[in-house]
Amino acid sequence: MINYIIRRLLYVIPVLLGVNILTFVLFFVVNTPDDMARMQLGDKHVTQAAVDNWKQQRGYHLPLLWNAQEAGLKKASNTIFFNKSVGLFVFDLGISDSGRDIVADITQRMWPSLAIAIPSLIFGVLANITFALLLIFYRSSALEFAGLFLCIALMSISGLFYIIAGQYFIGKLLALTPISGYAPGIDAFKFILLPVFIGVISGLGAGVRWYRTLFLEEAAKDYVRTARAKGLSELQVLFQHVLKNAMIPILTGIVVILPLLFMGSLITESFFGIPGLGSYTIDAISSQDFAIVRSMVFLGSFLYIIGLLMTDISYTLVDPRVRLN
Amino acid sequence: MLTLLWTDIAMLGLVIGVIVAIWRSSKKEHLRRPWAKVFNNRVGVVSLTVVLVFLLIGVLDSVRLQHHDPLPNGDRNEHAQTLSVLDIILTPLRLQVEKTYSQPFASTAYSKEMSVDKAGVSRWTYPRLLYGGAHLQNPESDKQADILSKLSKGLAQGVAAWCVLIFIVWLLIKNLFNSQSKGVSTSLLTLLVIFCVVGMAASLAPYYHILGTDKVGEDVLYQALKSIRTGLVIGGLTTIVMLPIAISLGLMAGFFRGWIDDVIQYVYTTLSSIPGVLLIAAAILMAQVYMANNPELFTTVEERADMRLLLLCLILGITSWTGLCRLLRAETLKIREMDYVVAARALGVGRFQLLKRHVLPNVMHLVMITIALDFSGLVLAEAVLSYINIGVDPSTYSWGNMINTSRLEMAREPIVWWSLTAAFVFMFSLVLAANLFADVVRDAFDPRYIK
Repeated sequence: MINYIIRRLLYVIPVLLGVNILTFVLFFVVNTPDDMARMQLGDKHVTQAAVDNWKQQRGYHLPLLWNAQEAGLKKASNTIFFNKSVGLFVFDLGISDSGRDIVADITQRMWPSLAIAIPSLIFGVLANITFALLLIFYRSSALEFAGLFLCIALMSISGLFYIIAGQYFIGKLLALTPISGYAPGIDAFKFILLPVFIGVISGLGAGVRWYRTLFLEEAAKDYVRTARAKGLSELQVLFQHVLKNAMIPILTGIVVILPLLFMGSLITESFFGIPGLGSYTIDAISSQDFAIVRSMVFLGSFLYIIGLLMTDISYTLVDPRVRLN
Repeated sequence: MLTLLWTDIAMLGLVIGVIVAIWRSSKKEHLRRPWAKVFNNRVGVVSLTVVLVFLLIGVLDSVRLQHHDPLPNGDRNEHAQTLSVLDIILTPLRLQVEKTYSQPFASTAYSKEMSVDKAGVSRWTYPRLLYGGAHLQNPESDKQADILSKLSKGLAQGVAAWCVLIFIVWLLIKNLFNSQSKGVSTSLLTLLVIFCVVGMAASLAPYYHILGTDKVGEDVLYQALKSIRTGLVIGGLTTIVMLPIAISLGLMAGFFRGWIDDVIQYVYTTLSSIPGVLLIAAAILMAQVYMANNPELFTTVEERADMRLLLLCLILGITSWTGLCRLLRAETLKIREMDYVVAARALGVGRFQLLKRHVLPNVMHLVMITIALDFSGLVLAEAVLSYINIGVDPSTYSWGNMINTSRLEMAREPIVWWSLTAAFVFMFSLVLAANLFADVVRDAFDPRYIK
């Protein structure tokens, strides 16, 4: 087991290196730091001195990969690649292009993101499983057909619509919750109600269909037929056999997205004005802060890979049939 | 004279390619059977008809000509514009631009203005619109009757056009009415509904702004119709970019195994580990910097916007092939151990022949299902990306841009709801049709779904 985990951990390194090189190429080779400086400084007629100054302040004045002017090891280390990319591996994300400490920003902003993401996940999964079980319970009836059509219709509505309609009807017309905003501590409760509710509703169509296929696959198996044959009621079959066995793919499906919850939701956070990592990323994209976008790309990939790793490990823990080679 | 943009060429190429593919696969029995199942399903036929109508509008919007607009006095404008066929058909909608917002079917503007009447008295009133309901003397009393008479006229025209269509179809297929297939009759009934809607819209549109006007006074119906092409291009071109990569790499990884498999697995794990939105954002940011620094490459705003649309499809394609590739790899791993593949190999069939003749046809159902499912996701993604400003160019007509610009008007009183609603309803009908069709296609092609 330990051996397996170590092997999987070692596989993470080349993937992260690949992500690093890809982002480096995207951010520094396709466009030189000079281009970025001109874009940031805003004007077509910037002096070279201003560009040099901008680059000097952010450490973009060094050569890209190889510094021929330095001696020894510094030839490789005193470059943009070493300073900007290798630092990511030890989570030294540096400062943003507007001069703020990225690590401090992220640690401060991840809590509002989690406050939205965790309840959305829990209530979303509960709602999806409940409705999927209902569809299975009433299978091959008009109710199931209507339910499936409703799922497809819910899936076909843009996520933006759910947010805008929710804000308008629940926030503005009925005034049940604040339209947007956030407050730290216990006051956050009334602000997260609406985003969580909309998060659950907008995921319902796809989620119910996905869980339904999982349950259907389980329900077609021999042991379910045996359970019915020995006279168990439909409810007993569903809860004690189908649900229990379908928990393996459900749990591993949840485990894979757990780490990504930190990243928050871009759209939800920016619509509701929640100071989380999602709105942080959106602000960085719209103000073209490359340092933050690069850090978030790395953080996102890192968390995704951790998620994959956790899935693999949870498979081996939950399902004794999975062999470790 | 034709003047096509890059995405026009790609779009038309895609349509021709699909037609050729359908014609060729109609000769193969194993492909004809699932398709016959799709055409015998009422939901499948209705949704396919709706998708085809959207596609027709998209294709009309992709054929660009040099066009001379008529001047108000009836003469021909000397100055030619590059317009799509759809623009030319919708000329009244395109040219009837008001000053600013107006409600659907309104004959007066959205907000009060100071105006001077004939007697020279200045009053604070809602001014009449330049075009919307301008033919009416007394809008308050006449409007309802006028709309009703135009509606019934349009309805009659729609039904008449549909009868002509039926007659043409009947001339082509004589045994139409005694054939057993549910497909043709369902499709014709769907077309009847569409013809009626189009007929009513066509008879009202020159006189009223059916869906109102936006901030700069442009007709919202025109914008929504123009946005169809953008949605289709994003859904369609991304698929063309994605398919070759996903199919070739997926088959190779599963078939050759060994180091090739390791490399391909590494590439798609790396690529899929980067959050898609962030990769798109990074690539679009970089493209923006590049375009800002090389303005000489693009002569017109249209070309620039078109290049950005093409680039967006490219990036979306690069970020979205990993899912299908993983599926195809797993399926190929299974198929390569099947008896018929082993037998073919024992008979000395070459590796590429083996891939082409025995593996590829047996994974095509996965490809079909993925194309159908991804399309609707991409249309929805466009709106979200445009909202973060990493989608299509702000000058391109798209549902995302419509939502993005009208979102800020929600706080106005009375609320400006029509732009937003139009964008959502159009997007919803295309995506719903595509999703329903995808569902029917999956039921027909997926061997596990046979009941």
